[in-house]
This record gives sequence, C-alpha cells and structure tokens, in this order.
Amino acid sequence: MSRLVTRDPIDVARLTMEISDAGRGGTVVFLGSVRRSAEDGPVTEIEYAGYEEMLSRELAQILDEAHARWPNAACAAQHRLGVVPVGEPSIAILAAAPHRAAAFDACRFIIEAAKRRLPVWKHEHFENGTSQWREA
Amino acid sequence: MVFSYRLGPASAVITVHCRFFARYAEVLGRDSLELRLAAPASVADAVRELRTTLDRGAHLPERPLAAVNREHVPLEHALADGDELALLPPLAGG
Repeated sequence: MSRLVTRDPIDVARLTMEISDAGRGGTVVFLGSVRRSAEDGPVTEIEYAGYEEMLSRELAQILDEAHARWPNAACAAQHRLGVVPVGEPSIAILAAAPHRAAAFDACRFIIEAAKRRLPVWKHEHFENGTSQWREA
Repeated sequence: MVFSYRLGPASAVITVHCRFFARYAEVLGRDSLELRLAAPASVADAVRELRTTLDRGAHLPERPLAAVNREHVPLEHALADGDELALLPPLAGG
C-alpha cells in the first residue's frame, strides 16, 4: 500500500507537514468524511473497497497533473480504504501555494478529478443492520 | 480458472486476466478469472463474452467502465496477450 492509500485514520497533520514551506502562504485542506445521513437511512459506517494498484497510480497521476498546472503549489492527498466510521475522513486533499487562489484552485482540481477517476467503491452499512453498494 | 470461448482451430489466441470489483465481484461470485479470446479482441469483445457465458454474466452492464493495465480505457481499446482487464462499477471514491 502506497503513502497515497491507507487503511488507518488519515493523519492530516502529517500531510500538512509534507507540503508546508515558508514560501507558501496559503494552504487549503479538503476532507471528505462519512455522513450519517443517506437516502436510504442512517449510516453507521462505510466500507471503502478499491482497486488498490490502480488507485495509487491514478491518484499520483492526478497530483502530477496538478503540479503541472500550478507549479508553485505543493499538493498532497490520501484515500482511506476499509471500514470508515461516521464522521471520519475517507479522503484528504491538501494544496499549499504562495497565495490562496492557486491553493483553492489546485485543491478543487484534485478532488474533482479524484471523484471522476479513482477506482473506489462504497459499501454502506445502515443502523437497521442492512448494507448496500452505493454507486455514484 | 480459464475460460475459452469461440476459438476456431486456426485462431490466434490471447489470454486476458480479468478482475471484478465491488458489486460486480459480488454478483459474479468471483473477483478474477483468465479469459482466452480469439485475436484481435477489444474490451467490448471481452465484455460480450463475459456477459453471455458466465453465470449471472448478464448482470454486467453492456458498457461498463473498464481499465486495462490500471489505466482507464474506452471499450474500443484493443486487448493484448497478458493484459489485465478490470471492469469497474460506477466510481464512488472520495
């Protein structure tokens, strides 16, 4: 498992340290977390399944694309697999740049590309004991 | 397990390692298989064979998302011997 994918809780402080630099005055952090509410009832947890080899490769590619677009920005990302309880993040995207506009733009670019391209699937577990694959 | 379909005696044959994930793996009751196809073959050809031949294969969509060797590809993508073909349910990451 690469540093881009983890089965442990995401360490946002560590990711922030990776991209911190005195020359980057703006840092944007996006955390996508498990919601309790869903269309089909209260959720207790979501199990994330992934095509791990492709997931690491695709996320690295997205980060490379962001670096090409915003060469002065430093970006980091991590996706969590396995069981993620309500309230905990399943994905973290961070972007640091000299100024806030590039940091926001790079962060937005990465999360939107991640939603479109990462081979990850959610198996939702509900309070009533049932579960189902959530698609899209 | 190896599945060989519609291979004539003079066909050039390729073997593709197929992988299934999430709901597709659940529906098919397996997460991988080796598929032998007459060359030339596209991803669409492989999907057609899987849908028509596997138990519960008809539960796969006619036009699923696909990846070959860990890269997203269109269904028209030509397969080569030894490729890893993954059929991907609608993505739900993040």
